[in-house]
Amino acid sequence: MANQDFPLIFEHSQESRTGFSLPELDVPETNIEDQLGEAFIRKSEPELPEVSELQIMRHYTALSTRNHGVDSGFYPLGSCTMKYNPKVNEDIARLTGFSHIHPLQPVETAQGALELMYDLQETLAEITGMDTVTLQPAAGAHGEWTGLMMIRAFHEGNGDYNRTKVIVPDSAHGTNPASATVAGFEAVTVKSNQQGLVDLEDLRRVVDEHTAALMLTNPNTLGLFEENIEEMASIIHEAGGKLYYDGANLNAILGYARPGDMGFDVVHLNLHKTFTGPHGGGGPGSGPVGVTAEFEPFLPKPILTKREDGYDFDYDRPKSIGRVKPYYGNFGINVRAYTYIRTMGAEGLKKVSEYAVLNANYMMRRLQKEFELPFDQHCKHEFVLSGKRQKKLGVRTLDIAKRLLDFGYHPPTIYFPINVEEAIMAEPTETESKETLDAFVDAMLQIAEEAKNDPEKVQEAPHTTIVSRMDETTAARKPILRYQKEE
Amino acid sequence: MEFRYLPMTEQDKKEMLSTIGVESTEELFADIPKNVRYSGDLNIKPPKNEYALTKELTQLAQRNVDTKSHTSFLGAGVYDHYIPSIVDHVISRSEFYTAYTPYQPEISQGELQAIFEFQTMICELTGMDVANSSMYDGGTALAEAVNLSAGQTKKKKVLVSKAIHPESLSVIHSYVKGPGVEVVEIDHNNGVTDLEQLENELDENTASVVLQYPNFFGQIERLDRVRELVDQQKKTMLITSSNPLALGYLTPPGEFGADIVVGDAQVFGIPAQFGGPHCGYFATTKKLMRKVPGRLVGQTKDEEGRRGFVLTLQAREQHIRRDKATSNICSNQALNALASSVAMSSLGKQGLKKMSWMNIQKASYMKKQLEETGFDIAFDGAFFNEIVVNLKGDIDTVNRKLLDKGIIGGYDLSRRFPELKGHMLVAVTEIRSKEEIDQFVKEVGDICG
Repeated sequence: MANQDFPLIFEHSQESRTGFSLPELDVPETNIEDQLGEAFIRKSEPELPEVSELQIMRHYTALSTRNHGVDSGFYPLGSCTMKYNPKVNEDIARLTGFSHIHPLQPVETAQGALELMYDLQETLAEITGMDTVTLQPAAGAHGEWTGLMMIRAFHEGNGDYNRTKVIVPDSAHGTNPASATVAGFEAVTVKSNQQGLVDLEDLRRVVDEHTAALMLTNPNTLGLFEENIEEMASIIHEAGGKLYYDGANLNAILGYARPGDMGFDVVHLNLHKTFTGPHGGGGPGSGPVGVTAEFEPFLPKPILTKREDGYDFDYDRPKSIGRVKPYYGNFGINVRAYTYIRTMGAEGLKKVSEYAVLNANYMMRRLQKEFELPFDQHCKHEFVLSGKRQKKLGVRTLDIAKRLLDFGYHPPTIYFPINVEEAIMAEPTETESKETLDAFVDAMLQIAEEAKNDPEKVQEAPHTTIVSRMDETTAARKPILRYQKEE
Repeated sequence: MEFRYLPMTEQDKKEMLSTIGVESTEELFADIPKNVRYSGDLNIKPPKNEYALTKELTQLAQRNVDTKSHTSFLGAGVYDHYIPSIVDHVISRSEFYTAYTPYQPEISQGELQAIFEFQTMICELTGMDVANSSMYDGGTALAEAVNLSAGQTKKKKVLVSKAIHPESLSVIHSYVKGPGVEVVEIDHNNGVTDLEQLENELDENTASVVLQYPNFFGQIERLDRVRELVDQQKKTMLITSSNPLALGYLTPPGEFGADIVVGDAQVFGIPAQFGGPHCGYFATTKKLMRKVPGRLVGQTKDEEGRRGFVLTLQAREQHIRRDKATSNICSNQALNALASSVAMSSLGKQGLKKMSWMNIQKASYMKKQLEETGFDIAFDGAFFNEIVVNLKGDIDTVNRKLLDKGIIGGYDLSRRFPELKGHMLVAVTEIRSKEEIDQFVKEVGDICG
């Protein structure tokens, strides 16, 4: 460790220092060494740190100050819906009756949990316009895979084993083609047209009797509503394929449009995006899947049922794709989402989308003055700019993103979607005030000026962060993935 | 109705609409075709104020029996352990829990370093070279390991012990359908994987052998002998799912030559939460480093030469490789990995060993007491913190009666193992006191005696 390096928890360690409080052994000691046998008793202890409680608190508190969250400042990361995470959600999820219950305890002792899950399922079905919902998938990508496995089971259930292809737009999230592969399909790309929407001609070209499904986000990752959705649905359905909805962008259309009404057959939601589950630095999430009635037999098992005498799990599901996760999903995240939905109601949720869209359009129009807007039309909850003009001045999108750090902002998503050059994808969300949006736009406009007059300032950014740009090349070429004590 | 998460005033809205150049927000939704435009009001429960909603949901939570008000002997993959108070204080720092995946290292060093430390701790416990930043849970981590082994070895058969967690086994069956891998289940014999059957089934087409260590019955599998068997075949991998707490006292799978070790870190600082979110981990050898699913944090330097951390080897991942990625996983369980790191840091080298040892001690005491009361313990091998007792009665009925005494009884093994009718899987962790164990034995004796 160099002097200027921030210490690792292991570097605070001193032999025999403790940070735990375990009960003393209050039962007669058994000779377990003989029982286990020498080969199964660990020879050397794992090198975990030996630190006091205060040292741990200081360490992690210091780490937290080296991290930017939504509560620290604006986080317009496109496609990620970095909205405010309500604190009451955290309180409710921590209630003993929700946090300290065992998934295998008798169902009659968990009726409160089951009621919440059931009501959440029904509510999500209503919001998406689907017939039924499973809460089992742990995250969005897990939901995608679950949905695709159901589509696969559906086709195979019809004796149709030749549907080997899943169509994915070139603007799609990387998880879409990856999930298709993991589910055993071949991912086929359909191009976007000049308006940033799925090119119908190209769609007709790639659709055939091997098409299992089309995966689509609507609005798409450019923040544009796929206006031709009805025609797309009929192209796919007429070919015998199914329509899969990636719910990553649902925040744009709550109460305005429902995937079920657009003709989607299977839908996943990201409760950690639209419904305020905190992102947690990468997870945990929750990725419920909604389906139309014809897919119900294929739902992951068990399914939750409501009977006269209470709620129960039904495991007798011969056509089910099976379990996708132990137990019943990320219940703790589902509790947070449920608390949020109950706080907002139908009226509040519609306002969420109204303001998410208003905020995005406002920011987009103000930024358009200095940044290229490849698709000049009203956007939904997010929009994509191109850093092309700045690139001509020698300032890349990456530089702009790094310069934004100096202003205390998390930059927008960059270089995605991949069909836009030097892409800058911003999603302000509805929970931000006009003052925040204005201040961010002002910073962006200032950076655009700097790109013209003082490009080095942008190219060499960030200037104020605790560390500067990292050597990512060496990190990948000579990976150091764990700490090792210096001998 | 007012909505406290929505800050726009009517004045703001007016100014913003004018900047955009539209009259109303409705115009911004005009691109949604009429036929698919939703015109109704969603039929969901009306909004509720914070006080009333908290009251309602508190009452709902109180309808559940929890492990704070009751004494739990239920484990079967999810355990009631000591959780240091500081864990929740750390993960409640909103710089951690309201952050996204650390894609901008300059403002994410806190998260990145915490994950790097987590990876290190998992490597230390498992005896492996590399660990990732977390998986959804132990079950899906195991299923990903199975598919990785098939992809890596280009073999299409895996031998999976029936003594792994039955829900993990179910998840494996679901996951292998994609790549088309055949799962051959290996029976248990006296509570451990039947090595004779394993040897018979093992052939040149076997991608991997999958065991749980300690297994679902709490028994300790003979990994030394399993490794010898696996070595008979070229390339075949040894995969274990391991309770990381057990590895504080037991020889880690890495020392037996495991190729992939997965499991769930729920035992470190994560409450049961009705089954999730928990925290899967995934550890492997250097050789397989570039095949690992999910995110990896690596150490590097910034332009001034200061140590720092970044997400690395991203060419494996879906956002770069799309359909060629090693996995489709994106979100993981980062916040829970942080919780586990804090718990592991609290325990430290000595505490973790002590806690692990105490689990074996307490379970051993339980075993003795049950035996002295006249019950048969089903298996006679070495065990960690769970034992299988033959109560010769309907376990469901026994558990209902135990509930009246304030006890959450063990897992009814007949639910997944018909041959173990009347058998209960009893978990005894370090926090179960002698009195609680004695009471359990007495009540079970009264009910089944």
